[in-house]
Amino acid sequence: MSVVETKTAGKARSLPLLRAIFRRPSGALAASWLILVVLGAIFAPLLTPYAYDIQSLKEAFQPPSASHLLGTDEFGRDLLTRMLYGARTSLSVSSISILISVAAGLTLGAAAGYFGGLFDRAVTTVADLTWSFPEILIALILVAIIGPGIAGTMAAIAVAYLAQFARLARAQIMTLKGETFIEAARSLGAGHSHILFRHLIPNALAPVLVSAMLATGDAIILEATLGFFGLGAQPPTPSWGAMMSSGSALLFKAPWIIIFPGLAVAITVVAINLFGDALIAALDIRDRVRKDA
Amino acid sequence: MLAYALRRVLMLVPVFLAVSLIIFLILHFIPGDPIDNLLKVGAPPEQRAEMMARYGLDRPLPVQYGIWLGKLLTGDLGMAIVARRPVADLIAQALPHSLLLGGLALAFSTIVGVALGVIAALNKDGPIDRAIMGGVLIGSTLPSFWLGLLLILAFSVGLGWFPVSGARTWSSLVLPVLTIGLGGTALVARITRVSMIDAAARDFVMLLHAKGLSPLRIQLRHVLRHALIPVVTILALRIGWILGGAVTVEVVFARPGLGTLLIKALSQHDYPVVQASLLMLAMAVMLGTLIGDLLQAAMDPRVRGALA
Repeated sequence: MSVVETKTAGKARSLPLLRAIFRRPSGALAASWLILVVLGAIFAPLLTPYAYDIQSLKEAFQPPSASHLLGTDEFGRDLLTRMLYGARTSLSVSSISILISVAAGLTLGAAAGYFGGLFDRAVTTVADLTWSFPEILIALILVAIIGPGIAGTMAAIAVAYLAQFARLARAQIMTLKGETFIEAARSLGAGHSHILFRHLIPNALAPVLVSAMLATGDAIILEATLGFFGLGAQPPTPSWGAMMSSGSALLFKAPWIIIFPGLAVAITVVAINLFGDALIAALDIRDRVRKDA
Repeated sequence: MLAYALRRVLMLVPVFLAVSLIIFLILHFIPGDPIDNLLKVGAPPEQRAEMMARYGLDRPLPVQYGIWLGKLLTGDLGMAIVARRPVADLIAQALPHSLLLGGLALAFSTIVGVALGVIAALNKDGPIDRAIMGGVLIGSTLPSFWLGLLLILAFSVGLGWFPVSGARTWSSLVLPVLTIGLGGTALVARITRVSMIDAAARDFVMLLHAKGLSPLRIQLRHVLRHALIPVVTILALRIGWILGGAVTVEVVFARPGLGTLLIKALSQHDYPVVQASLLMLAMAVMLGTLIGDLLQAAMDPRVRGALA
């Protein structure tokens, strides 16, 4: 019953929510940039006359010009083209792995918070343990096992942020499960899975999804860092991190190769944070997300 | 307090065992065999078996773990396969560099972060506050390796103030410390600001105002002291993050240290070195968490009961 109500209420609310985000100048700016990057990634082949992987050595190391807006790299490939295609890799790798991480973390954390007991203690102990380690350390261990490449990067990101979502979901469920509407559902004879999946998780979802959105920003940086170490997407696949990896050796000869992809990472991550802040303010859930905890 | 500290230190034992087991185990599933790297292509199998036996890689895994742990506790970290030197020597060479870098970065983030946080809190919601918090947001979201490269470009190549890489002179520390420190500064500034504003709303502050103390004196002598508690604990908990930042930044600036050692060993499949450097970093994180918890318990007696 309550689910049906939330759904209809959600539809009526989604327009004012968007309006609330766009009313803040920072929210509007951030949303516009994110839309621009996503559209650029999707329509990359239509937007550029160049291919991302065809080398043309006599055009190598060209600074930004009218024909190559952001210049060319050491193989004469157009940098803007590679950045558009790189957005595909960077954005999809980080968002898909965060989705995996959220799904697993939410299920584990919610089950732990709901059932309690030994299972809860096991999940909490492991989550606390991994949470106290820097993500880059966890990511390096996983990439070492699975091997460099996109699969290793995705596993690394998914595991590195798992603890964060499990902890957050567990905390949400712990406060929700004492509420009257849960007791009401139970007294009506609802089973565990019904209460968990139809009542508790939908109500715990908003803060978890917002923190997942903020984590996507961190994941983009982690992907870029692994790419920079040469452990992420392998050539010739462009990703923002991998582009900077080849650029770092050429810092003095062609600084634009490293400046522009880094700028794309930085602006996108700032935009995600500002958009997340606007979303938190619009949904009025600041207390439930706790960014610095 | 002593009982709490003892219990808290004892809790480290299972954590250490779990972490060491994970680090020991997973590195045995790494694709790529270090022995293959040492042998010439087409070397006879007897030579391979002899090499396996020399590094103890032919025994069952639990035995290998037991031996490894036993040696570890006596300070014997094994021989580096590629460098052919005791791992303990490599670690002993790298550790001081990382500790110096991490320590300076920690000091930098604390001093600058608290100062910025206090200034922002005193100008709450004003233009100065907005400017500081905006700068803090950008500072915390820049990828640290990229920031490091930009700093090299601006200050080493453009202005020629600092060396590009290496660790021979003190001036070579400036850019790496700045690079790591900026992320930490952002975190400290944000927490300081929030907890200053939080503390300023407490009843005792109203009493101080009623007594007629000057507002600035109240803020700096009373509110700040109150607000520093969460800052200290969170800083201690983030020691691991700062060392994690050192991993990246050391590679960017080509400085000797645990990070450079780890990344190089990873690409060479040098198990003993990877294990030892990961373990050192993990132990630093655990020690940081321990210090954070103890400091919190020392400052807030209510925490001590929670572990009983």
